[in-house]
Amino acid sequence: MSLSFIVLLVLGLGFVGWLSAKARAAAFAGPDRRRPHSLPGYHGWYVALWAVIPALLFLAFWAFLSERMIADTVLSSPQAAALPNVDMQRAAILAEARGLAAGDVASARHASASALAPVYAGAISFYNWLGLGIALLIAFAGGAWSWSRLSPAFRARTRVERMVMALLLTASLIAILTTLGIFLSLLFETVRFFSQVSPVEFLTGTSWSPQTAIRPDQAGSSGAFGAVPLFWGTIFIGAIIAMIVAIPLGLMSAIYLTQYARPKVRAWMKPILEILAGVPTVVYGYFAALTVAPAIRDLGLTLGFHASTESALAAGLVMGVMIIPFVSSMADDSIAAVPQAMRDGSLAMGATRSETIKRVLVPAALPGVVGGVLLAVSRAIGETMIVVMAAGLAANLTANPFASVTTVTTQIVQLLTGDQEFDSPKTLAAFALGMVLFLVTLALNVVALRVVKKYREAYE
Amino acid sequence: MSEAFTPVDPTPTNWRDPAMQKRIRRRYAAERRFRLIGLGAVSLSAGFLAFLLVTMVANGLGGFSRTELRLEVDLRQAAVALSAAQLAGPNAEAALAEVDFEGIVRAAADAQYGRRGARIFSPAARLVLRDAVRADPGLLARPATLWLPADSAIDQAAKGHGTPEATARYRQIEQAGRARTGFNTTFLTGADATDPTSVGIWGAVKGSLLTMIVTLLIAFPIGVLTAVYLEEYARRNRWTDMIEVSINNLAAVPSIIFGLLGLAFFLQFMHLPRSAPIVGGLTLALMTMPVIVIAGRNAIKSVPPSIRDAALGIGASRIQVVFHHVIPLALPGILTGTIIGMSRAFGETAPALMIGMRAFFASPPGGFDEPATLLPVQIFLWSDEVSRGFVEKTSAAIIILLAFLLAMNGLAIYLRNRFEKRW
Repeated sequence: MSLSFIVLLVLGLGFVGWLSAKARAAAFAGPDRRRPHSLPGYHGWYVALWAVIPALLFLAFWAFLSERMIADTVLSSPQAAALPNVDMQRAAILAEARGLAAGDVASARHASASALAPVYAGAISFYNWLGLGIALLIAFAGGAWSWSRLSPAFRARTRVERMVMALLLTASLIAILTTLGIFLSLLFETVRFFSQVSPVEFLTGTSWSPQTAIRPDQAGSSGAFGAVPLFWGTIFIGAIIAMIVAIPLGLMSAIYLTQYARPKVRAWMKPILEILAGVPTVVYGYFAALTVAPAIRDLGLTLGFHASTESALAAGLVMGVMIIPFVSSMADDSIAAVPQAMRDGSLAMGATRSETIKRVLVPAALPGVVGGVLLAVSRAIGETMIVVMAAGLAANLTANPFASVTTVTTQIVQLLTGDQEFDSPKTLAAFALGMVLFLVTLALNVVALRVVKKYREAYE
Repeated sequence: MSEAFTPVDPTPTNWRDPAMQKRIRRRYAAERRFRLIGLGAVSLSAGFLAFLLVTMVANGLGGFSRTELRLEVDLRQAAVALSAAQLAGPNAEAALAEVDFEGIVRAAADAQYGRRGARIFSPAARLVLRDAVRADPGLLARPATLWLPADSAIDQAAKGHGTPEATARYRQIEQAGRARTGFNTTFLTGADATDPTSVGIWGAVKGSLLTMIVTLLIAFPIGVLTAVYLEEYARRNRWTDMIEVSINNLAAVPSIIFGLLGLAFFLQFMHLPRSAPIVGGLTLALMTMPVIVIAGRNAIKSVPPSIRDAALGIGASRIQVVFHHVIPLALPGILTGTIIGMSRAFGETAPALMIGMRAFFASPPGGFDEPATLLPVQIFLWSDEVSRGFVEKTSAAIIILLAFLLAMNGLAIYLRNRFEKRW
């Protein structure tokens, strides 16, 4: 008796309610020829929604509650008295008994688990039946009550539409809840992290080695959480190297496609450039690691100095290629928004096309281009897979593009993909880094949108 | 009359003056240079794309083929305790699982390819043999010649990347006429494995498809309803502004942050099963929803007000106007946006890493709550493997990923061109 089965049962009941209410309402339009207020379908929906929604709300609530109550029942049973008091063992035995009861585990390692399994099975089935009973009762009650209200004069349509409006409003609240959820979950873990590591050390320290030792007497047991090398690496790869590639290529592509290319060329090349933005980042990462990084190492070797296989240059170059379409489409939009009169005026004065572009169009479009570049930077510093696959893990504070640097996103992935308990400063540090990333990208986006908006107003 | 007034030189510019001619030539040269730089930028960007695709295809095509070696197998001699009747019965799978196909392959290979002959066969050889027996129980009663997949070293030698020893060995086998190249069916039907010749992509594809179903079921209704609310009903107030700001911000939040949310909220707080498609789907749905909202709003906005006015004029309620007229007309645009959002989610890797979908799973997921991995994550996992055999498998997986994305985007473009109305 699974939850999904109960949900299906409730939905089925709602369907029955819909059919019967519709049939009853259709009979309203009887011999006396007086038209009922609402069409039969609305009566059907009214009953169906009253049967389904309260019951589903109850089930969502019950799914959380029953888990708790099952555990309490099992723990208060006489078989549970023999459980060890140590939390870890106890949890392991309980989890095993639960697995046995559900049939996920074939045989038990702990003897006490097999003793507990029937208790567990009993509790689970008891609470499942109870949940089913209450859910059906609520569905019936809702359906019956709403059914009793149906009459030719009943304003079913108004009621249903009010419920639909509530549904629309609820849906739109999810966006706010998600934003809030992101912010709160990051904030919560970040505060816990800062109770263990000082924020000053985190934001200004230059030594990053999050490996906390298992034994306290081990060398380097404390772990160092100075994130400056990470911030530098992120800026170096995402905001410097990638932009050195993306800004000239993106801007010149946009200029060529809007000002010089024939319409047919433009119609083909623009989508092709946009494919660059649609290629999954894991593909770029693999390309960087497989092809670009060895080529750059060889280049470094022929130039006569040591180059890392995980050089900042490889990751930055490939990221720059990924960013080209962002820069070019933003530049495209803002150049197109420059009034035609300005262009015509410049050409009429005898300037060549390139002079018009360089002296008139680009300066006029500059705020939009800057906004686009800021958006591209925010996109680049939040990018994960390219740097995870092509950049290194060593937190170096260096401006040598052939050396290896690490980034915020690389470290978040690195910190959270081991098998450690959730409360260690190591895992919490990932959330603190996430918080920094979230705030910085947010700030970049707000500034970029404001710049673009202000500029648009200037010409309209 | 002010003193600053200087009379304009009335003589016209002498365009034939050598100095002027030189200046014009210089300006035209600059014009041509600028134009060439622009063309160069476009070609370079397109060249990057072409280079990327060519590299992936060149590396990946080998992943779809495999080297097969001939092996004579006589299951009667191998004393297999299995009858054709058993195979037709209901417990065929259990009976097949009892048979030591690995031992049969090893014995036959050692006999036919010399000592340690079994080493040149892939661990997948026993599965191919098992499938052959399942498909044709007659094999139990007669000696047969089968083509079984070769080990990774031999396979790579056949494709020209082998070590000298493996290449020499392969030449020897090839000259004896005991080697051929076949289509690698295991790659399309299997799941992850430790050996590059036995890996398959189906486990990851299935995980991705299950995840995408969850994403679609959650993101599409919420996204469309939000778009409808904001575009048709919301009054301009602080509350609406907050919703709009959140949606625009969510569309720009780095994907890894959604992974952190999934980890902290769905796993740590709600205790949903780790690595499961349901958690992956929920996380990606939160990421996809703003894309659908933005596309949906644009589609709804493009439905002309006259449609609404006409419906209102003949007595429809505001809900009826939207649900009977506006949404059906905006649907192609909404669907196009949805597919584009889904294709972005399909290629997304970082959030899935955060919620534990990166572990090794040797069998495809059975349901929404079973541990699974995603196609892009599988690519990431294989890219970490050192063995040369995995390079072509990774690239082959990338080809499949890109094919999926191409199909989804192609569908979006088709929908847009076929159904979208210009008013």
